[in-house]
Amino acid sequence: MWTWLHKLGSPKIFYNLANRLIPWFGWGALLLMLYGLYGGLVQAPADYQQGDSFRIMYIHVPAAWMSLFIYMVIAFCSAVYLIWKITLADIIARASAPIGASFTFLALVTGSLWGKPMWGTYWIWDARLTSELLLLFIYLGYMGLGSAIEDRRVAARACALLAIVCVVIIPIIHYSVTWWNTLHQGSSVSVMNQSSIDKSMLVPLLVMAFAFKFYYVAVVLVRARTDLLFQERKTNWVRKVLVNG
Amino acid sequence: MNAFFALLKRDLLLAYRNRGELANPMLFFVIVVSLFPLAVSPESDRLSGMAAGVIWVAALLATLLSIERIFRSDFDDGTLEQILLSPRPLPLLMLAKVTAHWLVTGLPLIIVSPLLALLMHLPAEALGTLMLTLLLGTPVLSLVGAIGVALTIGLRRGGMLLTLLVLPLYTPVLIFGANAVQAVTLGLEVAGQLYLMAAILVFALTLAPLAIGAALRVSVS
Repeated sequence: MWTWLHKLGSPKIFYNLANRLIPWFGWGALLLMLYGLYGGLVQAPADYQQGDSFRIMYIHVPAAWMSLFIYMVIAFCSAVYLIWKITLADIIARASAPIGASFTFLALVTGSLWGKPMWGTYWIWDARLTSELLLLFIYLGYMGLGSAIEDRRVAARACALLAIVCVVIIPIIHYSVTWWNTLHQGSSVSVMNQSSIDKSMLVPLLVMAFAFKFYYVAVVLVRARTDLLFQERKTNWVRKVLVNG
Repeated sequence: MNAFFALLKRDLLLAYRNRGELANPMLFFVIVVSLFPLAVSPESDRLSGMAAGVIWVAALLATLLSIERIFRSDFDDGTLEQILLSPRPLPLLMLAKVTAHWLVTGLPLIIVSPLLALLMHLPAEALGTLMLTLLLGTPVLSLVGAIGVALTIGLRRGGMLLTLLVLPLYTPVLIFGANAVQAVTLGLEVAGQLYLMAAILVFALTLAPLAIGAALRVSVS
């Protein structure tokens, strides 16, 4: 187990693995997305209350899930980096940040488009919207700190520390805005209890969630691969890779 | 503990020798608040409705404006490296620095806040709560802000970045602080908000010095 993990941490082996995995996850994401969008936009029945406009949920909800999931990945990689000094963990955390910020932005935009027909306004200072907005700021701060520090190793440690500080504070922010003000509908999907959403609507939603995850893995591997080649540009194996194409 | 008091004394003495700078955050606080009646409306009901929020936002910005000074001069003249090399526990020393900073900038804000409450027509019964929330909240602002400064101290132009890093983390304190004062003016019970702010303060007092120390070790290397 541990030797396998150590092998994975070696840049060369990771590079080859990423090369092999990217097409699988990329095509997987595309197929799942096509199926999920067909199921969500065409097959699923219209909502009895919200009509057809609920269909934006198939983008909005998975994007919101991803925004949190990717932050957790960043925080986990940051902890791994600070403890074991595995450069690859830093590369993955840093490669994830712009994707996470994009998903957060997507969740905010689709949410506000959904809010217009439902609540009659594009933006309200609701708890979930506010905490999502603050999450976007945290992503931007993380990326800003990373790009402001020139020395890559210092930047890596500073970013990892920031990610961990923020992950401690995020729950506090989340609950403070929840107690402050909420209008957003409660969660309809739950693992433990019976979901309060019909199967014909739920299945495409879960498919879309997996499509987004696959998409994330594919993109993060592409970004990490590029960054890895740049970081390791002075080593022999990169020279070989670049010469042989 | 000796190291803690030695550093605290040194920082307070330094602040006292630069008395001119001492008043700046307080002046900023007063000026920002006095802009609101000019910009929004001088009517007393509208002012008293937003007094809590305005005073809290101004306190937050005043802290943010002054927080960089906590490590700037020590970083520039190399004292910070000596502090990091010291065999004393770093979190304790960081706590001393933050305490000194709070005594110099946070405490004056609390002292001057009754005046601002008067300017903003805050109902008299809310004044006690306002000062109490500031007392519980401003140390958290200093502690969390110091983490941001520690991360950005090595950068040439860290000011804007510091704002971006720290402001989202300030929101819980802002929400509970302004909310408690607002609730008192409506005659509601505010013990809940105050307990939460106290909990956040204890939490920050325990963990923030560790984070500040770790961040400084990254930045100063």
